[in-house]
This record gives sequence, C-alpha cells and structure tokens, in this order.
Amino acid sequence: MKLSCAWLKEWVDVPWDARELGARLTMAGFELEAIHSQGDDRILELNITPNRGDAMSVLGLAREVAALSGQKLAGLVTAPVRAELAASFPVHVDEPAACPVFVGRVIRGVNNRAITPAWMRTRLEGADIRCVSPIVDVTNYVLLELGQPMHAYDLAALKGEIRVRTARSAERLQLLDGRAVTLDKDMLVIADRDGAVGLAGIMGGERTAVAIHTADVFLEVAYFAPAAILGRARRFGLVTDASQRFERGVDPRLQKHAIERATALLLEVAGGKAAALEVLESTEYLPPRRAVSLRSAQLERLLGARIDPQRVESALTALQMRVETTSAGWQVTPPSHRFDIAIEADLIEEVARLVGFDAIPEEEGASRHHFRALAGARPAETSVLDTLSARGYHETINYAFVDPQLQLRIFPERAGLALANPIASDLSVMRLSLWPGLLKVAAENQRRQQQRIKVFERGVCFIAADGGTLEADRLAGLACGTRLPEQWGVPRELRGSLDFFDVKADLEVLLAATGSEHGFSFEPAELSCLHPGRAARLLRQGHEVGFLGELHPSLVRELDFTYPPVLFEIDFYAALRLERPPFREISRFPEVRRDIAVVVGENVSLSALRERVILSASSLLQQCRVFDVYRGPGLETGTKSIALGLIFQDISRTLTDEDVDQNVASIVVGLRASLNAKIRE
Amino acid sequence: MNDPAALITRALSEIASSSDLAGLDEVRVRLLGKKGTLTAALKSLGALPASERPAAGQAINATKERVQSALEARRLELETSKVSRELLAGRIDVTLPGRGEARGSLHPVTQARLRIETLFRRAGFDVAVGPEIEDDFHNFEALNIPPNHPARALHDTFYFPDGRLLRTHTSPVQIRSMLAHGAPIALIAPGRVYRNDHDITHAPMFHQLEGLVVAENVSFANMKAVLHGFLSAFFERDLAMRLRPSYFPFTEPSAEVDMSCVFCEGSGCRICKHTGWLEISGCGMVHPNVLKASGVDAERFTGYAFGAGIDRLAMLRYGVNDLRLFFENDLRFLRQFQAF
Repeated sequence: MKLSCAWLKEWVDVPWDARELGARLTMAGFELEAIHSQGDDRILELNITPNRGDAMSVLGLAREVAALSGQKLAGLVTAPVRAELAASFPVHVDEPAACPVFVGRVIRGVNNRAITPAWMRTRLEGADIRCVSPIVDVTNYVLLELGQPMHAYDLAALKGEIRVRTARSAERLQLLDGRAVTLDKDMLVIADRDGAVGLAGIMGGERTAVAIHTADVFLEVAYFAPAAILGRARRFGLVTDASQRFERGVDPRLQKHAIERATALLLEVAGGKAAALEVLESTEYLPPRRAVSLRSAQLERLLGARIDPQRVESALTALQMRVETTSAGWQVTPPSHRFDIAIEADLIEEVARLVGFDAIPEEEGASRHHFRALAGARPAETSVLDTLSARGYHETINYAFVDPQLQLRIFPERAGLALANPIASDLSVMRLSLWPGLLKVAAENQRRQQQRIKVFERGVCFIAADGGTLEADRLAGLACGTRLPEQWGVPRELRGSLDFFDVKADLEVLLAATGSEHGFSFEPAELSCLHPGRAARLLRQGHEVGFLGELHPSLVRELDFTYPPVLFEIDFYAALRLERPPFREISRFPEVRRDIAVVVGENVSLSALRERVILSASSLLQQCRVFDVYRGPGLETGTKSIALGLIFQDISRTLTDEDVDQNVASIVVGLRASLNAKIRE
Repeated sequence: MNDPAALITRALSEIASSSDLAGLDEVRVRLLGKKGTLTAALKSLGALPASERPAAGQAINATKERVQSALEARRLELETSKVSRELLAGRIDVTLPGRGEARGSLHPVTQARLRIETLFRRAGFDVAVGPEIEDDFHNFEALNIPPNHPARALHDTFYFPDGRLLRTHTSPVQIRSMLAHGAPIALIAPGRVYRNDHDITHAPMFHQLEGLVVAENVSFANMKAVLHGFLSAFFERDLAMRLRPSYFPFTEPSAEVDMSCVFCEGSGCRICKHTGWLEISGCGMVHPNVLKASGVDAERFTGYAFGAGIDRLAMLRYGVNDLRLFFENDLRFLRQFQAF
C-alpha cells in the first residue's frame, strides 16, 4: 500500500521525516518497501500484513502513527450533508448477516464531465489508482482515505429496487472489467429487478456502471461480513481494492462517515444535490466486540520480560482499546476497526509491538540434557554423501517434478503422480526415480562441453501405493565418460570409457560400509531403460534394494550421449542400513594359496561358480578371489576361463599339503560335476 | 719371491683404478683367488728354509691384510656411488599431478543443511522430517489457516487432482511431531518445499528450515537468544539481529528476523538494498490454536517456532548471487564446492 506523507499529516501531526516514519512503521509491523517522491510529497510503499485490514487506509495508518508517536489523531468529520433533494430508492437487505449495515443515498444533477481537481488526481495517482471521472474518483479517494469501499450506480440504469441477496443458481453477471461470470449460490450480490448488478464487496456490474454522461447516481456504502466475501473474488482470479478490505474486515461504524465524506467531495467537485441517507442496519449481526482478558503473569511468561503495568495500559489505550484493570491483569475491548484481536496472545503482541521487540532481552532457555538412543541402524548421511564425493561424484539437487515424456520413456510401464496445476508441462509429474533428473543433468552438462560426468542425488521419489503415495528415500548415481579424468601416465587398458564394473565398485564401497559383508547379491535384471545384458538387481538378504546398469543403447542415442551412462539407484535406508560388524578371531598360522583356472560356458556366472566352490570346500577355505577372466585363443568359443585364488587357513594349526590338496581335489570334482567345468591347476 | 712392497704398490694401484664392483671383484680374484698372486706367494712359503718361513709368512700376511682392507674400502666407495647414481637416475617431477580419480563435491545447499543440523543438534534440538505430499489439514488448517484465509493466497500451492498438495512450508512437521511426541519438544525440520512461482528470486522447489520449541514457560526472549545464537554460529561472527512485528497465522506474536548484512557489516550495500539489514527468517510464539490442533495443552505449555530458507542461508554463506544456479546443476558450478 502506498501512503502519501502529506495526506497522513492531515490526520496526525507526524513528528518524523519520511525516512524516520518509514523506519518506525517498519519496526511496528508495517514494513517499508520503498520511498517514492511525488513533487514535494513523499510516498511510502508499505507492506500491510493480511491481519491488518484496518491499516489499509490513510486513517488506519494515522491511527498507528498516533499510537506510536503519542500525537493526537484528527477526528472524523461528522457534519452531515444537507439533504436538498426529496428522493429515495427502495433498498432491501435479504441477507442481514452478510450485510449488517447498508447506507445509501440518491444524488442527482452531477456533472460527471467535470475535471477532477489536480490535488485529488495527484493523490489517486500517488496510490497507483487511475483517474476516471469525478464520481469514480471520489469513491476511490474515500476508499484510500478511510478504508471504506463504496460503489456508485447509474440511477437511470437501476431497475426498480436494490436488493442485497445471494446469487441464484447459475446467475450471470457482466462485471465492470467486461467479463461475464457465472455466480455461485454462496455469493452475495447486489441486484435490481432485472438481476444482479454487482458482486457485493468485490466489483460492480457493467449494466449499471456510471458513465461520462451519468447525472444521477445511487451511492452504496455497506459493511459486508468477511465470511460473506472471503475467497469469492479469487474464484474469478480477482483481487480488488474492495475485496481485499472486506475480506480482512472494514470498520462497521464507518459507513455513515464515509458516505457523508464522499457526498461532500462529490458535490464540491461535480455539483449535484443529495437526498437524505437511507440506512439499513441490523445491529444484531454486527461483529461482537468481546472483551479479551490479559493476565500480567501470562504477558511476562510469554515474552520473557516484565513490562511495567502502566506501559501496558498506555500502549493498549493508545491503540484505542478500552482497558479495565482486574485482579489478574486487564479486560481489554478492542475498537470496532480491529478484526485481529480475539485472544490473549493477540493483546500480548500489541503490547510487545508498541514497547518494541528490541526491548525484550535475549535469554537462554533452561537447558535440557536428555539422551535419546540413536536410531541404531540409520546410515550416517554425511558419510554416505562424502564417500560418493570422494569417489568423484558431484551431488545435484533436482526438481521433484519431471518431464512426463522423459519419465514415460524410461519407465513405460509405470505412471507418475500428475500435478493438477504444474508450473510447466515439462515439470508436471512427480518423479518415480531419480534417474530422469540425473539423465537430464548429464545431458545438459554434456552440452556444456563436460566430457566426463559423475553425479548423484539423494531425494524422495513418489511411488503409488494402495490408497496413497509412498515417499521413497532414494540415492542414485550416474557416471559416464572416461574411466579416469584426463591425466598423464594412465595405462592404456584404463583409458577407455568407464563401464558397469567401475560404478559397481563405487556402489560396493557404499555397501561395504553397512557392515553387512555377505548380505548383498547382484542378479541379472530386466529394466526397459537399461542395456538388457548389463543390468543388475541388488538384493539384500533376498530383498530388492536397488538397481545398477548401463543405459539402453537406444536411449543413449535418443539423449545423444557420447559415452553410455551407467546408473544406479538404491533405497537409502533398506540398502544402507547399518549392521553391527561381527568380530572374528584372526589366525596366527600361515595361509596357503592355490590358484586354479576354471573353464566354463559363458552362461555360468561367477556367483554360481563361487557358490559351488564354497559348497565343495571345507571350512578351511577362507577366500575365493577372482584374479582373471579370459576369453580368446586357446579356448573354445562360448567358453571363458576364470582364474581363482583359493586361500586356506586354520585358526589352530599350520595346514599340511594334504589338507589343501584334499580341498582342491574336492572343489575340482564339484566344479566338473555340477558346471561341466574344465580345470587347469 | 716377489718383493712385498712392490706387490702392495701394484695391488693398491689396481684396486684404485677399478671403476665398478665387477672390476673390483676381478682384481680381488687376481690377488686373493685360488690362483691369485698372494695365494701363490703363501703356497711358495713351503719352499723356503724353516728359519726364513716365519718372517716371510708374516710379511705376506701383512701384505694380504693391507690388500683386503683396500679392497673393502674401494667396494664401499663404489657401492655408495652406485646408489647415488641410481638415486640421480630415479628422480621424478614431484609437481606432476597425482594419478587416479578427482574429488567430487557436495551441493552447497546440502552443505548448509548439514551445517545447520550440526549446530542445532549441539544445542539440544532433534532433527525431524515429514512427507512432501501433504493434506490440507497439516499444511493449512492445523496451522490456523482455514479455507479462504487471505494467507492462502500467498502460498501458490501445487495441488494434485485428489486435493492433496505439495507442502508449501516445513511447518506441517510441527504438527506431525507434536501429535506424535507431545510436549516438551525441541526440533528442527529441514526439507524441500514447493511453491508455484518461478523468477530470479523464486524457484518452484526450495529448502526450508523449521524450528519448534515447546515446553513450560518457553518465552519470546528464549526465541531471540536461540535465533541470534544460531545466526552468529552459522555465519561465524557476532552479528546484530532485530525482530520486526509481522504476521503468520500460526504464531502470535509474530516477527520477521533481520540480521546485519554479512556483506557490508551493516553499513549498507546493494545486497541489503542499503538498509544494512538482511531479512533472514520468520518466527513467533506458537499460536494456541496450533497447540490445540496438535494435542498440546495450550495453557500449560508455550512455544516458539521459526522458519528460514536454507537456500538463502547457503547463498549468503557462499556469496552465490542467483538462486537458480542451485538447481541447474552445472558441473562448473558444483565443482566449486569440493571443500566441506
């Protein structure tokens, strides 16, 4: 809201310059956004919070300034305009609860072609209000000055009566802004015999609007209850000066003052003769002014500061509250313009606001030293994130809504949760996985000439589950490009594109930190977005906890990747949950190593091989390492040779050759029998 | 018999002129080997008369000892020079970079969040989380924002067709935590929040920090101390703080928190629009309606709550000037945050 300092000074003696005034108002809850110059005048642009509808006027802010400075507030002009016209127009209020006060009058013989005087134009323009014609300008001027919205109808266009009623089912109305709207039955309208002529408290209608040739008007000044106005304007995407004020609350005692002020100004500016006021008031529906009790003990308890009782009383009195002392403190009745004082805490805020928040000291709270067991199995986030970044990954943060087309391309068989009002069509569906985001990041970075990309993200994915949405806490990574950053002295065989096993190693480092040494296994998986021969499902104790694989070649082409990205995604908690590592005694006796080369068909996986080795050996076998996988000359096509290093050791004695020979023999027999393997020792 | 003196002179000269360990060994064999000169001389002693043998033997042994010590000395000399030659040949350029993977980075918003969590944990706060898809009750109604409340217009909410929504703030975690644990409670809830708004200073998704302390006799003065303590610790300096009256439906009294500008130390600059102050947080005493909606006795307990933008805290800490950089994930931007 824009406030003219000169206008303000008509209502209160401001003891400060514009800058100081802005600072004082800021510290009282009316934040200064900017100071503008308009001739000699200064215009303060203030941010009025939604609870303070009463401050959306020169009068309202003058009241605040008077309370803050101790200066006297000018009184409202009460002298009524003399009725020189014997005219009236029938008014009916069908909804007194929604419209407890309706004041109106006929004014005839207005010259709406007159020029609004410069002083009034200046003030309207200073508040960003367009000057239209004397009738409209005067109503806007009084709105700005007193905070009372009003409406002038072209009397000649009104048919028979004015009636305040609720809208009829599917009733139509053409608004002043030219739009035709269909009304809801919970909307309050002003109507004549031919139908609605205005949305009460929001905007008038086109049919009865004043025009340049209008000479006779009916002026309406009403108090509409906030409940009857709240939210209605927004249904049409409207925010008007009137709706903002009625929603927040207009002083129900202001209507007669406002109409007299407007009448006087209009007669002064554009001539004409006014008829007597028509007043319809249903006092039983006026907002009750309930006294609120303020306990001095609670004031001190909530603020953590003791405030002198006299200061409390002077602050509340300055805000035009009626204050009575009680044994516990005070009974306080707010003035009719304050709609935000309902409970004790509201009064405490008012006292604190006037005393100044700076006057309240800083005080350490009573410390509590209470121990709560750590969520034992929860992985330490910092160590997970740090591990990945130590292995070359950059953490990214991506929007949780993604491009539905990209997501559908990646997960054609799954549907993401769609937003009703997305900000853009390519940010309209909640992500099912972190992969769409990471793929987009990788593609964009490749366009920015980044050749080697290793990124990760931890975040929530949104999976449809019965009756709701599961928010799955996931960790995902993507790597593509050369195996190592460009550098000197990298052996030839390590210079190519990184692959599945490079990323698997990164993942295994994370898994190793769980302390669950043997709990994890990888098995071939089929995901339509991954290379069918290079995709794995990660299992922990048999439960699926993640995926790892190379992007499907067709997606690599579509997304224009130079190097095929390798991706992983794991369930943060299920995959990384910690297990307390078990202690095993270490042997003091030497270990014995035997190497064997096992030739098997391509279809035999290492895990099948290893499983068979372990099954065939005794407990002396401590480790079974793979140190080479060979294909090529010397081997039949369709076969591979896997070189295993078998490590034997006993906890209580040195092993004999016989012990080891027996084991190797039994392993060899087992492999031959079950996997049709050929062994070269 | 050869003259021992001449023998020594010749042997010493041969030893001295041998240029490597192999050459030196040849000299040793020539002198002391089975067929060596000195060995032959010793063997020839038997041919001497018995009376001359002791003296001749003594002379030969003395010669042998001198030769042996000369050989040993030369061997040491040659070995030392061999090592130094090898060391010289083995020199590397220590300024060449190390081999292997380069370090990645943690997102600056994550770094700021972890820092905030550490500071508050030390001060006795728990860290709580809540769902990102919320219902109207937890996001609005329980926070004293009934339908049609003007404050709703400020929230630019993303909705789903069934009426659920993406949380517009982390405040629903207050409600969920109080409903689950009751009072007393002291927690922060960092997390992602969503608003349908996008420009230089707004992203449709951003990060918020919520704080909540509810106990018997918790006061506005306590809240001031916590906020000032946190801001000073986060920015590692003793900065000025002021509270301005404001309005949030879920707190009463409510305040905006300004801190002295960390770029100009409060003297006024472009970042703080020449006010010397940066708006950093909103706070207030928990509204009794919120306590009631969360099942907490509003007469027995009081509490305060605060909220701040983690992205904004990160921008101020690292001097990042455009919020959108946080969500573009440009590797050239992210690489700047390797240190943490």
